Amino acid sequence: MTDIILSAQNVSKEFLFPHSILARIRGEPPRAVHALNGVSLDIAKGETLGIVGESGCGKSTLARCLVRLHETDGGRIMFEGADVSHLQGPARRTFNRRVQMIFQDPYSSLNPRMTVRQILSEALRVHRMRPAAQIDARIAELLDLVRLSPDAANRYPHEFSGGQRQRIGIARALSVEPEVLVADELVSALDVSVQAQVVNLLLELQDRLHLTVVFVAHDLRLVRHISHRVAVMYLGTVVENGPTAEIFAHPNHPYTNALLRAAPEVNPTRRTRTVAARGELPSPINLPSGCLFHTRCPHAMDRCRTEVPVLRAFGKNHVAACHLDTFDPTVTKDTK
Amino acid sequence: MTDTVLSVRNLTTSFRSAAGPLTAVNDVSFDVRQGEVMGLVGESGSGKSVTLRSIMRLLPRGAQIGGTVTWAGQDLLKLSDAGIRAVRGGQISMIFQEPMTALNPVLPIRIQITENLRAHTDLDANGRAARARELLDIVGIPDAARRLDEFPHQFSGGMRQRAMIAIALASNPRLLLADEPTTALDVTIQDQILNLILDLRDEFGMSVVFVTHDLGVVAATCDRMAVMYAGRIVETGTVADVFARPNHAYTRGLLGSVPQAGAERSMLLSIEGTPPGLAAIPPGCAFNPRCTFAGDTCRTTRPELTSLGPDRSVACHHNDAVVQAGSPVA
Repeated sequence: MTDIILSAQNVSKEFLFPHSILARIRGEPPRAVHALNGVSLDIAKGETLGIVGESGCGKSTLARCLVRLHETDGGRIMFEGADVSHLQGPARRTFNRRVQMIFQDPYSSLNPRMTVRQILSEALRVHRMRPAAQIDARIAELLDLVRLSPDAANRYPHEFSGGQRQRIGIARALSVEPEVLVADELVSALDVSVQAQVVNLLLELQDRLHLTVVFVAHDLRLVRHISHRVAVMYLGTVVENGPTAEIFAHPNHPYTNALLRAAPEVNPTRRTRTVAARGELPSPINLPSGCLFHTRCPHAMDRCRTEVPVLRAFGKNHVAACHLDTFDPTVTKDTK
Repeated sequence: MTDTVLSVRNLTTSFRSAAGPLTAVNDVSFDVRQGEVMGLVGESGSGKSVTLRSIMRLLPRGAQIGGTVTWAGQDLLKLSDAGIRAVRGGQISMIFQEPMTALNPVLPIRIQITENLRAHTDLDANGRAARARELLDIVGIPDAARRLDEFPHQFSGGMRQRAMIAIALASNPRLLLADEPTTALDVTIQDQILNLILDLRDEFGMSVVFVTHDLGVVAATCDRMAVMYAGRIVETGTVADVFARPNHAYTRGLLGSVPQAGAERSMLLSIEGTPPGLAAIPPGCAFNPRCTFAGDTCRTTRPELTSLGPDRSVACHHNDAVVQAGSPVA
C-alpha cells in the first residue's frame, strides 16, 4: 500500500484494577481490563479511516494510543516509519503537533475560563506557529475556516451551542496545521441537524487541507458516509478492515454483519423483526477463549471456541478475522 | 378507523423562570389509537419529553399544564392526585432514557417489580413473586430467579432497560410511554430492545408513544409520527407518508441530515443554525431563520397546523414548494 502515515502494530493496552494488599498476600493476580488485544491497522496519507464498534470495544483507547495520550503496553505505534513511543523532547512535540485529536464532549474539552482567542493563541504560541504580531490574523482565519463569526474570538465556550463548540475544537486542532486528525465521536453529542453541519465541515476541510482523518464513532451510518476505509472493532481487536463499499456490501465477519443489520435504516419500507445479535458484550476483564465473538455468533463451531482466528485476506485491502470463508448473512442466533 | 385510546388536545406546558414563563409545549394535539406505535420526533428542546411528562403529570410543582388529555373518558389533567396515581404506572406506564437513574440503586430488582405489582394488582405475596419471575422471562432476562435479587448496578445497560420494561409491564398497561428508551444503548442492544417493545405490543395489544430523535428508530418501529419543533407539532402523518413526502422544511432537513447508503462522502443536506432556545423563539414560523423556503409571511405570521387529509397535517406556508423539492430519502 502507498504512503502509510500512521500505523498500529499489534498494539495492546490494559488498565489495571487497584491491587489491594490483601489480594497480594493471598497471592491473587492483579485484575485488568483488556482494552486492546493486539490491534494492527494502517492509515494511508489523505484517507479517512472509520473505526467503528460498540461501547467497550476499545475504539477510544485506540484513538488515544494513536496520539500517544496513552502509552501502549505492547506493540508499536508508527508515524512515518518511526516508533512514536521513543520520541522525546522536540521530536515528540513535533509529533504532537502533526497528529491532533478532537474530543467527543464539546462541554468538557474546552477550558471554560479561557476565551476562544486565548484557547487558539495558546496553541499557536506553544508550537510557535506564527510570530506574535500575526496571531490575531491567524485566529480570524481559523474562525473563518470553521465558519464562526470573527467576534467569536472574544467570547467564552459557555456562550456557544454544542455544534459551535465542536467547531472551536476543530479550529484548535487545525491551528497547528496537523497532517492527521483523530476525531473521537466528534458529533455524537450533537443534535441530528447540527451533526450534519459538522460532518459537512469536516469533509470540506479534509479536501481543502489534504488531511488524513481517523474517525472513531459508534454510528455506522455516519462512518459509512465519511470513510474511505472502515475498521470494525470488537472487544479490543479489529475483526474486519476494508474499503467502505465492500464492507457494507459483503461483510466477511459475522459481527460486522450483525452491526449492519442492527442499525435502523431510514427507510420505513425495509423493516425487519428479527434480532440481529443476541446476548451482550462479554466482560473485557475475563475474555472468552478462541474467537472473542463466539458467545454471540450464530455460526460458531467448535473450532471458534478454542482457536483464535487471525486477520486474513478476503479481497484487495480487505481483511477479516473469521474461520469461515462464507456464511449466510440472514441467519441469526435464536437460542432463547 | 381504529379506536382512539388517548386524546391530547391543546396541551400547553410552561415553566416559571427568572425571565418570565417559558412555554416548552405549545398547543400540542394528537391521538393515540389502540395497538399502534406513535412516534414523537424532535431535537433537544423541542418539547417531546415534556409532552410525555405532562400527560403523566410528572413535572415539577412550578409547571403550568393547560389543555386536555382524555384517557378512558376522563381528563387526566383534572384528576385528583389519588386518581392520577391509579392511572400512572397502572393503565399507563412509562420507561425512561437512562435506566440507571430511573431505577432505585439501593433496592434489588425484585422489590422494584413487586412494589408496582402491589400498587396495581390484587396478587398475594406468592402470586407477586411468581409474576415478577414471569415478567423477567417475558423481557428476556435469563436466569430470572437469581437476577431478581440483584441490584441495578449488577445489570448491563441493556439488561437495566429490560428490567425497567418489566416494571412498566407489571400492571398490564394499555399504553406505554417510552422516552428515548434506546438512546443510551449500543446498536445491537437497541435492536433487541426495539424488537422487544414491538413483540410486547403485538402480544398484549398495548399502544406505545415513542419519543426519539433518531429517524432510523422511527422508520423501524412507528406507525404514525408527529414532528416537533420549538414546542409545537409541525407535521404529522403515517411514517411511510412523511418519509416519502415531507411537507415541512424542517422534516425534510432532518431526513436529509441522516447519512444514507449510496451517497458516501457527499455533503449532507444540513440545516444551518441551531434549534432556538425557549426564551428566544423567533416570531412568525419558529423555523424561519433556518429555513431555505422562508418568505416574508414566514417571518411575520405563524402557520397553523392544517389538515392535508386523514392523518396528515402540516404547519408550513410553503408546503407545496417543500413537496416539490422532494424527499431526501425517497
